Amino acid sequence: MLDVIDLNLEFHDHLVPETVVYDFDLHMDPGQIVGLVGESGSGKSMTALAIAGLLSRHDMQKRGQILFEGTDILTCRRSELRDLQGDDIAVIFQEPMTCLNPVYRIGRQVEEALRIHRRELSKEQIRQRALQMLREVELEDAEQIYRAYPHQLSGGMRQRVMIAAAMICDPKLLIADEPTTALDVTVQAQIIKLLKKINAEKNTAILFISHDLSLVRQLCQRVVVMQGGRIVESGTVEEIYERPCQAYTQKLIAAIPRCEKRRVG
Amino acid sequence: MKKKRNLKYRIGMILTGITVLFVLLGFVWTPCDPETMDKGAKLAGVSLSHLMGCDQFGRDIFSRVLKGSGTTLLVALGTVSFGTFFGVLIGAFTGYFGGIVDEIFMRVNDVLFAFPSILLGLMFISLLGSGKYNVIIALGIAFIPSFARIVRSEFIRCKNMDYVQSARLAGARDLRIIFLHILPNTTTVLVSSIMIGFNNAVLAEAGMSYLGIGVQPPDASLGRMLSEAQTYLFSSPGYAIFPGLALILMVLGFSLLSEGLKED
Repeated sequence: MLDVIDLNLEFHDHLVPETVVYDFDLHMDPGQIVGLVGESGSGKSMTALAIAGLLSRHDMQKRGQILFEGTDILTCRRSELRDLQGDDIAVIFQEPMTCLNPVYRIGRQVEEALRIHRRELSKEQIRQRALQMLREVELEDAEQIYRAYPHQLSGGMRQRVMIAAAMICDPKLLIADEPTTALDVTVQAQIIKLLKKINAEKNTAILFISHDLSLVRQLCQRVVVMQGGRIVESGTVEEIYERPCQAYTQKLIAAIPRCEKRRVG
Repeated sequence: MKKKRNLKYRIGMILTGITVLFVLLGFVWTPCDPETMDKGAKLAGVSLSHLMGCDQFGRDIFSRVLKGSGTTLLVALGTVSFGTFFGVLIGAFTGYFGGIVDEIFMRVNDVLFAFPSILLGLMFISLLGSGKYNVIIALGIAFIPSFARIVRSEFIRCKNMDYVQSARLAGARDLRIIFLHILPNTTTVLVSSIMIGFNNAVLAEAGMSYLGIGVQPPDASLGRMLSEAQTYLFSSPGYAIFPGLALILMVLGFSLLSEGLKED
C-alpha cells in the first residue's frame, strides 16, 4: 500500500544545504502498524510530514519516491494530493492543544474532512457520522462534546477528538506523529489502546512515530529505528527488542525505564 | 451565562447609542428643513424655535447637526468598509502565500504608509473630484495599507499553527483555509483596528470637509459646518460649539467602545 523508496530530504533555506533524511526505505501493508523510533532530530517527523504530503514545495529538494497505492506523493498534482489527504491519509499530531481551531465548535472540526471529501452527504448525515466517531473514540456524552469549544476540553479529550477527526473518512493510513508525548502516562495508555482498537476494527494501517520504545513495543508489529536521518535497523518487534544488532538500538532499549526489584546487600 | 461588561464598554455603548439614535432621527425627521434659509434668523442665538441657533444663512443648526452627523457617519462607515474589505483581501493573500508578490505589495504598502492618510485622501480626491462618494473611495484607498498590514501579520502568525496544518491535511483548499480557518482567528485584532479606523475616518472626513474638498454644499457635514463656523467664532460661538460637540460625542463613544471591547 505504502512504499517509500530512497527518500532523501534536503533543506535549501540556508546558505549551506542541509540533509535531514538519507535513503529512507519503508514498506507498509494495509492494516499493519509500523513504529518509527529515534531520538529528537533523527528525521522521523520530517519523514512523516513528507509521507503526509505536508512539506512545502519550495526551499527543499526531495529525491526518491513515496508511492501511496501507486501515486507518487512527491510529484503528483496538488489536487490529487488534496484528494488523498483527509480521505485516504490522515495525521494526528503531537500537540492536541494547538491542533484544534479555537474559534469553532468540536463538531464542526470533526466534520471538516467529511465536508470536503463527501459533498454528497446531507448535513444531518454528516452530523450523525461525527457523533458516531466521537462515540467510537470513547468520549462520553458525545452530544455535549460536539457542541463544546476546544478550550473546554482536556488534553486527552482533545487528542481523542483529533483521532475522531482523522478517522472520519476511514483512511487507509493513519500517521500518528508522537500522539502521546504531550499527555500523561495513564492517558497515553488509553490512547494506545484506542489506536489498537481502531486498527483491529477498521484495518487502518498506522505509522506510529515515537521516541518512547515501550509504547512502540505495546502497539507495533514492525519497528524502524532512525538516527541522524538514516535507518539504523528495522525488523519485527521481537527481532528488535530481543536481539538488537546495532549498538544504537541496544542503547535505546537499555534506556527504557524498568521496574526491577533492587537487591539489598 | 451573561458577563458584566466593563465601565468603558458601557459608557461607550451609551454614547454610541445616543449618536446612532440622533443620526437615525436625522434621516426621518428634523425640526426645520436643514437647507431652508431664513434671512431674518441670520446667526440667531439659541432659542426655542432654533435649539442650537442659526448659521450665517439662517439655517437651523440643530437640523443641520442631525443631518451632518448622518453624512459624517455614512462616510466613515463607507470608508472603513471599503478599507477593511480590500485590506483584508490583500493582507490575507500576501500573508498566506508570501513570496515575491508579498514582497512587492508590502514595499508599496510601506511607501503609502509613509504618507498621512489625509494627504493620500487629498491626492485621490484631486484625481476623482470632490463629493460624498468620492470621499469614501479616496479615504478608503488611503485606509487600505494599515488594514492590509494588520491582517497580513495575523495571517503570518496563524498560517503555521497546527490547526491550519490539520485543515490542510483534511484536504482543504487554500481558499478554504484562508477564509474559513484563519480569518475567524483574526477577528479580535481586526475588530479593534476597525474601531480605531472608524474614529480616524470620522476625523479625516471632518478634516477634508473643513478644507473644503470633502462633502460639498448644500450637503451638511460636521467638518463642513466647523469650517464655516470658524469665521463667526467670536460673534456666534454656538455655531462652532454644537457641531464640535456632536463630533466629540461620536468619536469618544467609539473610542471607549473599542477600548472596552479590547479589555474584555
